[in-house]
Amino acid sequence: MSDYNFAYLDEQTKRMIRRAILKGLAVPGYQVPFASREMPMPYGWGTGGVQVSAATLTPEDTFKVIDQGSDDTTNAVSIRKFFEKTAGVAVTEETEQASVIQTRHRIPEAELTEDQILVYQVPIPEPLRFLEPRETETRKMHSLEEYGLMHVKLYEDISQHGAIATSYAYPVKVSDRYVMDPSPIPKFDNPKLEMAAIQLFGAGREQRIYAVPPYTKVVSLDFEDFPFEATKADHACDLCAAEDSYLDEVILDDAGNRMFVCSDTDYCRGRREAGHVGRLGEEAA
Amino acid sequence: MYVAVKGGERAIENAHAWLAEERRGDTSVAELSIAQIREQLSLAVNRVMAEGSLYDPDLAALAIKQARGDLIEAIFLIRAYRTTLPRFGATEPVETGDMACDRRISATFKDAPGGQVLGPTFDYTHRLLDFKLAAEGEVPAAPAAEPRHEPTPHITEFLQGEDIIQREPESDATPGDLTREPMSYPAGRDIRLQSLTRGDEGFVLGLAYSTQRGYARNHAFVGELRIGTVAVEMEIPELGFAIEIGEVELTECETVNQFAGSKTEPPQFTRGYGLVFGQTERKAISMALVDRALRWRELGEDFLGAAAQDEEFVLSHADNIQATGFLEHIKLPHYVDFQSELELVRKLRREAGVDEVREAAE
Repeated sequence: MSDYNFAYLDEQTKRMIRRAILKGLAVPGYQVPFASREMPMPYGWGTGGVQVSAATLTPEDTFKVIDQGSDDTTNAVSIRKFFEKTAGVAVTEETEQASVIQTRHRIPEAELTEDQILVYQVPIPEPLRFLEPRETETRKMHSLEEYGLMHVKLYEDISQHGAIATSYAYPVKVSDRYVMDPSPIPKFDNPKLEMAAIQLFGAGREQRIYAVPPYTKVVSLDFEDFPFEATKADHACDLCAAEDSYLDEVILDDAGNRMFVCSDTDYCRGRREAGHVGRLGEEAA
Repeated sequence: MYVAVKGGERAIENAHAWLAEERRGDTSVAELSIAQIREQLSLAVNRVMAEGSLYDPDLAALAIKQARGDLIEAIFLIRAYRTTLPRFGATEPVETGDMACDRRISATFKDAPGGQVLGPTFDYTHRLLDFKLAAEGEVPAAPAAEPRHEPTPHITEFLQGEDIIQREPESDATPGDLTREPMSYPAGRDIRLQSLTRGDEGFVLGLAYSTQRGYARNHAFVGELRIGTVAVEMEIPELGFAIEIGEVELTECETVNQFAGSKTEPPQFTRGYGLVFGQTERKAISMALVDRALRWRELGEDFLGAAAQDEEFVLSHADNIQATGFLEHIKLPHYVDFQSELELVRKLRREAGVDEVREAAE
């Protein structure tokens, strides 16, 4: 792979992407169009995140990739290997050690710092897309700050189901201006969107980049009488006993018995190494 | 008992090894060479070049071999390779009037200068399986005629002489490039044509067919369909003039469409245009029909709500690499999102009292 430039993309392309990133940081939550390139992995499999990471990484960086919170899911492995090969950067599974973290569908449980960049893979960047399929219309709605449709949708949820029936990709308003899709993270993660690290969102197929700068106000949309609620399975982790982490549900046997484990595998490992033991912890260790 | 999921890396490596073995198939059967694919599966090679947007028959043949004959996968390989290539510049527009035609037919005139040349077409073959090919495919050489040396004029030029077909506005503007600039709507006709020529053959065919069945019908005649090679010229800055750097095979289709006229335009025929790499006539005709359907605004026609008229709909969904990537990504793990939906549905059911009702009934 030595025929390829550092981190695969050529410098002109990286410069174009960096411009889009800087514009995104200057206008938090605004979707910046960018000339997304065809990558050697399929659209919809993280090409936006990969391009943002490629434009962000330097040879000194330490890179971590998670999918569903885990470093060892197949697509996370594939993306991590891609940058090991094309950028030769150090990689890690430990959240604290990473300077750039690319993620799909989760925000790590450990609090991120000012020295870190979190890169999200985004399938559909437009929060209004399923209310209005036309890009020409949704761009107009954003520029006029016309978000009534979204509030009507949330209201209709409540009148129909008694609750807002959105559990992931829960829409937020960034810096009192743009309504933004936080990518398909569970709404449990929404409160973490106000953080010290830089957050960059890349949508390759849809050719959009957007960003949330450090310490930016991010509010999950709700109503006074139906406030936003970050939810998770009402259990503790069966391996590390954490009560504050997002859990995956695993089916154990034909009788349908379940166990609940941290989706953030690094967080779970850290707790177990620190001596925390869950309901089924010893058996699994 | 549950074991924390590990081993993704090894699973991927083993899967790739198995894939390579399956690609090769039974090793007692001779391996396909790139030259065999290029020469004997040339229409597949053409499609891969057209939708891969890269004219290189050997690379397209290699991609088909590597992709086990999955043409969309082969197109993907070519696209990913293409993005890494440096761009030296742009060629002069190709002159299709000077094309060395292998095939040239018109459905609008019985004969015209340049004649009707059927060329190597399936058109009048009876689709009967030729079992002789299962044994051996050697064929005698086809009869050959003297090639024409003079240019073959476009049929639409004759209509234009009579001023009975709408004139295309001339422009020296550099056309846009959707592989270098993000798509924005409304897109110009240049971007629309680029999108259609590299768009999925099946998708463009389906849309074109829908216009024939009445979803924004535009009464297309194939004014002309020609297939052949054209010279590619490029101006070299050091020389100050254009030189021929190679040739490409193209399929060009111009449709002549009916048009009743509007307040500003007298009654006249209109055009749709298709131009595709290689011998790809199904695609070129489809492209011309969809191009014509997308031109409703500039021709002062009504938007009838048909898919083929809807620029944003057509252009956002024509690319099979985007489409297949996004479609197939739902194979990836989504258990975090699914978990949050599970919790929500359980909660809503609890609140609605559904489960108690069910238990009582049992």
